[in-house]
Amino acid sequence: MVTPKELKYARSHEWVRVEGELAFVGITDYAQESLGDIVYVEPPEAGQTVKQGEEVATIESVKAASPIYAPVSGQVERLNPLLEKTPELINQKPYEAFLFVVRLSAPAELAGLLDAAAYESHVEQEKAAH
Amino acid sequence: MFPSLPHTEEDLRTMLAAVGAASLEDLFADVPPELRLRQPLAIPSSRSEAEVYRRLSALAAANRTDAVCFLGGGSYDHLIPAVVGAVLGRSEFYTAYTPYQAEISQGVLQAIFEYQSLICALTGLEVSNASLYDGATAACEAASLALNSVRRSRKVLYARTLHPHTRRVLATHFSGLEVELEEVACRDGVMDRDDLRRRLGAGTAALIVQSPNFLGYLEDLTGLAEEVHAAGALLVQCADPLSLGALRSPGDWGADVAAGDAQPCGLPSYFGGPTVGYLAARQAYLHRLPGRIAGQSVDRDGRRAFVLTLQAREQHIKRERATSNICSNQALAALAVAVYLASVGRQGLAEAARQSAAKAHYLAERLGRETRARPLAARPFFLEFPLELPGPAAPVLKDMEEQGFFAGLPLERLAPELAPDGAEAGRVILVAVTEKRTREELDRYVQAMKRILK
Repeated sequence: MVTPKELKYARSHEWVRVEGELAFVGITDYAQESLGDIVYVEPPEAGQTVKQGEEVATIESVKAASPIYAPVSGQVERLNPLLEKTPELINQKPYEAFLFVVRLSAPAELAGLLDAAAYESHVEQEKAAH
Repeated sequence: MFPSLPHTEEDLRTMLAAVGAASLEDLFADVPPELRLRQPLAIPSSRSEAEVYRRLSALAAANRTDAVCFLGGGSYDHLIPAVVGAVLGRSEFYTAYTPYQAEISQGVLQAIFEYQSLICALTGLEVSNASLYDGATAACEAASLALNSVRRSRKVLYARTLHPHTRRVLATHFSGLEVELEEVACRDGVMDRDDLRRRLGAGTAALIVQSPNFLGYLEDLTGLAEEVHAAGALLVQCADPLSLGALRSPGDWGADVAAGDAQPCGLPSYFGGPTVGYLAARQAYLHRLPGRIAGQSVDRDGRRAFVLTLQAREQHIKRERATSNICSNQALAALAVAVYLASVGRQGLAEAARQSAAKAHYLAERLGRETRARPLAARPFFLEFPLELPGPAAPVLKDMEEQGFFAGLPLERLAPELAPDGAEAGRVILVAVTEKRTREELDRYVQAMKRILK
């Protein structure tokens, strides 16, 4: 399992990369591995206002359809156009294949997200619980 | 071989012993007594095979099969090449249930794939699912697809000129959901475009329109897609697929989704079913299509092979997030459609559609000229038209039946609200004419009607 140090993580397995006022959001290596081959991404709407913890997208794999939660609040600035035709990029490069970009409206929320080490132990706990 | 193998007393004893129950009573002890049937089922005791044959033959003999059929209303008496029955009757298809080990069943997947390809070609749209129960449920699934595709939409418009059964199934399907169903008024037998304009607006997911409509008329679809799209909604067209042998396709009209009943293409009228629903859409809605989609691929040796490509809407993938409860398809009936379309071909289908229309127009014209009945045929129709009789329809239909004709469907029973041109619904029948009717049958129909209405 790869967990880049420079990213922030949500317990619901999304990663966040902050660039100024923007937050890039994707799903973690662990999440893509658990989902299996991803065949479709139903993204949020560009311009849509999202709240932290709100269900904003769906990822469909050959096994299941899984909800994606906004790890931060704000406005959806843009989507990743590559995922429309090649959703498998999420399996191949989970930390490059962002789903969408949020213009942060409550940057303080970032402090509540997990760092890489905390996320890894969160995953270990989840695995143990199963 | 026995036609059926019931459990013997000994089978029952063995099974009860295996689960540790002393008797059937004992086995069902956990079912509360008030829910249990106290007396035996009210069905006759067993009969010998010969007795059963005699009884069923007597029931079958009560059907009238000699009358010439002019009944339509959604189910039509078209020619069906014998090859359709021959292929359908093969046990590989006939006895198979939906392929759970899908890729093992290459023949079934190929049949579904070919059915889908034919539906796409007919509707002028890019993707088709593996089929649905019937035309009415296909319209419901089309509406759901639109509701899920158009963001923040909760309203579905449909023309009153839809088949009344489709309207009723829509109402049932969406009852209890936060969906507004709105009926667009009918004017002179077709959808009222002014009423549509008043109702279209933000929050509208789709307009469902049927052409040829329930009365048999062609709806004027000119500019309709543009108008519907301008409101952010999708256009769903319900079309008789056989009519598409001669008429412009839904895709050509700009429709986003086509849905309907494929009974006219290879399925007999039976007693109202089974039929099969088709559903096709533009590529953009591929992931919204309910049910399953078969696809073509290659196996590890590079040979052509078929796979279940998509079943994205199904409950075992979407679980509680499923947007449809369709988890299978109407495989055998869809196969009939595929075999029918493949055997008649492009030319044959065009011929069936043109001949049906030509014969329907011939009959309407002669009835108007030679009898006291009035064909309500002032606007374009395909193979079915309303006929206004000088008095109540019921006695005329009865007299015609005595003359050997199922002369038409009484409009009053199905959709009195659609009576066009100031006609009284109780006097209107819908007359359907297919390519199967001969010139001689049409002429006899006119003669009989002339005598009865003299």
